[in-house]
Amino acid sequence: MTVWGKTAQVTDRSTRAAVALRGARLSYGDRVLWDGLDLDVAPGEFVAVLGPNGSGKTSLIRVLLGLQPLSAGTVHVAGGNRRIGYIPQQRAIDVSLTLRGRDLVGFGLDGHGWGVGWRHRRERRAAVDAALESVGAMRYADAPIGLLSGGEQQRLRVAQALVGDPEVLLCDEPLLSLDLAHQRVVSDLIDARRRAADTAVLFVTHEINPILPLVDRVLYLVDGRFRIGAPAEVMTSRTLTELYRTNVEVVRVRDQIHVVGAQHVCEDEPHHVADEG
Amino acid sequence: MENFFDFQLTVELLGYVQPMLIAGAVLGLVAGLLGPLVVTRKMAFAVHGTSELAFTGGAAALLIGIGVGYGALAGSVIAALLLGLLSRRDSDRDSVIGAILAFGLGLGVLFLALYKGRAANKFGLLTGQVVSVGSTDLWLLIGSSVAVLAVLAVIYRPLHFASVDAAVAVARGVPVRTLSVVFAVLVGVATALSVQLVGALLVLSLMITPAAAASRVTASPLRATLLAVVFAEVSVLGGMLLSLAPGMPVSAFVTAVSFFIYLVCRLMSGKRERVQ
Ligand SMILES: Nc1ncnc2c1ncn2[C@@H]1O[C@H](COP(=O)(O)OP(=O)(O)O)[C@@H](O)[C@H]1O
Ligand SMILES: [Mg+2]
Repeated sequence: MTVWGKTAQVTDRSTRAAVALRGARLSYGDRVLWDGLDLDVAPGEFVAVLGPNGSGKTSLIRVLLGLQPLSAGTVHVAGGNRRIGYIPQQRAIDVSLTLRGRDLVGFGLDGHGWGVGWRHRRERRAAVDAALESVGAMRYADAPIGLLSGGEQQRLRVAQALVGDPEVLLCDEPLLSLDLAHQRVVSDLIDARRRAADTAVLFVTHEINPILPLVDRVLYLVDGRFRIGAPAEVMTSRTLTELYRTNVEVVRVRDQIHVVGAQHVCEDEPHHVADEG
Repeated sequence: MENFFDFQLTVELLGYVQPMLIAGAVLGLVAGLLGPLVVTRKMAFAVHGTSELAFTGGAAALLIGIGVGYGALAGSVIAALLLGLLSRRDSDRDSVIGAILAFGLGLGVLFLALYKGRAANKFGLLTGQVVSVGSTDLWLLIGSSVAVLAVLAVIYRPLHFASVDAAVAVARGVPVRTLSVVFAVLVGVATALSVQLVGALLVLSLMITPAAAASRVTASPLRATLLAVVFAEVSVLGGMLLSLAPGMPVSAFVTAVSFFIYLVCRLMSGKRERVQ
């Protein structure tokens, strides 16, 4: 267990939790992103993190990675950095980069180890091949990574995060730029992983519908306010109206959730919010 | 001009220049192994800056009468540390290098102007001075190269990870900032050694051109590294042999050979892209 923060008391509960935040506050100067955040994520639990742009979702992940100190409170993450699988928010990859998909995935396995990695290369190759296979990336595993489409790169990122046998999986908008079929592939893979290996999942997303059947709990952040609970509790007209402080209506169409709200909600949430007027 | 490619003369001169060839082969290996990482990290300008500060260090050493090689080494290691520490963000790296490089070069010019020794020494620092490698220099070069390669072997994997995928490397606990300073020092040492051979102006032809050529023809980091070593060796050794008979500066031939390889690789990669 790795401990960051000012007061690091480890309670029984947080020892069992894969991720534990206590009275966590993050502020940049005067701006408070969130405060009084208590969150335990159990092994095998799938927590979706929702909220408009700038609400502090990526910052939360940076806190869990130990890259961003809390302004107050404590944070515990099981296993330490070596047992964290991390899918970063998507960024363009240089087209001329001398790197193949299989190299990127290989870094997820043992990129942090010293040496040139000459020993165990056969085992490594087998593990990397299996990971590539699982995301259906075998076909382009040897192509220059910069020439791949955003969705193809994203699937490699998933393989990279999973190949390291993570106890905690932190995903920052992993479904971005994937088509519907591959959104399914990626979210099902992550779901299968947490069921098979009890990996705790924090899944930042703009759009809850593709993962709605998988989500145990939602952390919804808006403007320093937040709500944690089962999707059925949080994704209601009443709760979101309170969070956004403007009239928001949640409409359920078959097994999908649509949030209908004011203009600024719409701007921030282009995928799952339809504009009312 | 009639002895430009005089084979007989070349063979006769080989005996004299054997230490040079050894030095060249060692440097080709070091530059070829470091080059792909330098290219991946977009440090071409940093290498150029470091080499000019190796020139400044060498000029200072000339002035105070210690070995030019040690001066160059000190100059470029200091430069590498400065660049590594001052340019924390990618966005301001170029301007930091530009500022330090200009100032350092100015100092070097001043030192040379104050120096009252032989004029040939002045030019050698900028354009290479191949015939002057004595056995002490050779051992310094081999020793430093072994040290550089040993450190590189230890840090290679996390350094490569940090170079291509910094965000995830940081998340996985790789000491990205420390590694970038250590790598800058390795590059500094390798640069100082190369300055002895091809001169401050032409170090890029050893450290960058072979790696840039290799990256045009393969996406595999291992293959790119092997190719970069081969290209660097061909450039160095080929350039030296070609320079023997005409008695021209080695650096001119080294740059010509490495640039030729680069052109060929570009043409090949252009063809490959069109076919795909
Ligand atoms: N290091 C930082 N210093 C100051 N402000 C920051 C820093 N990192 C993020 N912010 C600000 O915090 C807010 C939340 O950012 P982020 O966590 O990336 O939001 P999200 O991922 O929810 O879109 C943004 O307004 C951003 O500008
Ligand atoms: Mg974000």
